[in-house]
Amino acid sequence: MEPKKENTKKDILKKLFFSTLYLSTFTFGGGYVIVSLLKNKFVDELHWIDETEMMDLVAIAQSSPGAIAVNGAIVVGYKLAGFSGVLCAILGAVLPPLIILTLVSYCYAAFRANFVIQAMLKGMRAGVGAVIISVVYDMGSSVVKSKDILLLVIMAASFLANYFFNVNVIYIILLTAAIGAVRTIYREHRREKTA
Amino acid sequence: MAVYVELFLAFLQIGAFSFGGGYAAMPLIQAQVVNQYHWLSMTDFTDLITISQMTPGPIAINAATFVGNQIAGIPGALLATLGCILPSCIFVTALAWIYTKYRNLSVMQGVLESLRPAVVAMIATAGVAILLPAFFLSGSVSFRAGNFQLRPVLYFAGAMLLLRKWKMDPVVVMVLCGVAEVLYQSAVKFL
Repeated sequence: MEPKKENTKKDILKKLFFSTLYLSTFTFGGGYVIVSLLKNKFVDELHWIDETEMMDLVAIAQSSPGAIAVNGAIVVGYKLAGFSGVLCAILGAVLPPLIILTLVSYCYAAFRANFVIQAMLKGMRAGVGAVIISVVYDMGSSVVKSKDILLLVIMAASFLANYFFNVNVIYIILLTAAIGAVRTIYREHRREKTA
Repeated sequence: MAVYVELFLAFLQIGAFSFGGGYAAMPLIQAQVVNQYHWLSMTDFTDLITISQMTPGPIAINAATFVGNQIAGIPGALLATLGCILPSCIFVTALAWIYTKYRNLSVMQGVLESLRPAVVAMIATAGVAILLPAFFLSGSVSFRAGNFQLRPVLYFAGAMLLLRKWKMDPVVVMVLCGVAEVLYQSAVKFL
């Protein structure tokens, strides 16, 4: 659905900026949360984007490198108002973490010297580790359940290369991306032949 | 001057190669910020990840702002953040344009399918890199007295239980681990 006629471009940009600013300030817990909130706002509440198109936009946000929250804001901004929409959405999404972490950064030295904070951060290290391992477990078991040998080999080989041989993560990403691209092209090629 | 260029380029790489969002950026940030440029120690890096979990915003943007500020003040923070989001802007806009034109992303989806296991492996590596120095003071596996730390292992086990069995909010779980250590250290100090 196209934006309603009474919405001038300026209104859309304003709404875009304040929505992403608000969502970015109050969403804890990762990019997927903000993407579902963007959907709530622009699909269910404002009806500026329809449901299926939003799903494709989310796929684009996921297919691109970078933070999902920022990518989601960019793609919604692009859809609603083109290039200026992208700028407004990014500004809204990035401003809150920029301000908050700047404040944290300036207090960090004093912060670190504090007995309670020091103990707190020390204890939390084990907790962060647990959160990460738990994420790995969830993501890893979906790879294992796919029963796709190539994906399992990629997972094992990437871990070995990264952990034991310190191979730069960028090379691992480039190589696996190439494998995925070649595989898809090969599959489609074969499907066309058999069809 | 050189440091601004380094900050920008380091975070440009982080932005360009972190597929899969959130935790996927973590090993890349570690590679640039800890291993290559030594802007943060592993302890500072772990603290940064902890702080990122408790504040809004993506880990990569938080890291860019924090490291930029520590190394080169506000201009550093702005440049690092800009480097971090620039690849997103280009990629997402290009894909959105292609999508509106062709509506077919099958090669991209094939690429993502095979990237996922690699991303899992890299997140696992980052997790181990955070846990090992927490469990063993020297950072290498050895059960000598004074090297092996029992309490972090207990916190870890407790946290896993809360996360997996009771599906508790990760931030709450982390804070509970922190509170446990504060109580322990206060007890040792004041009793």
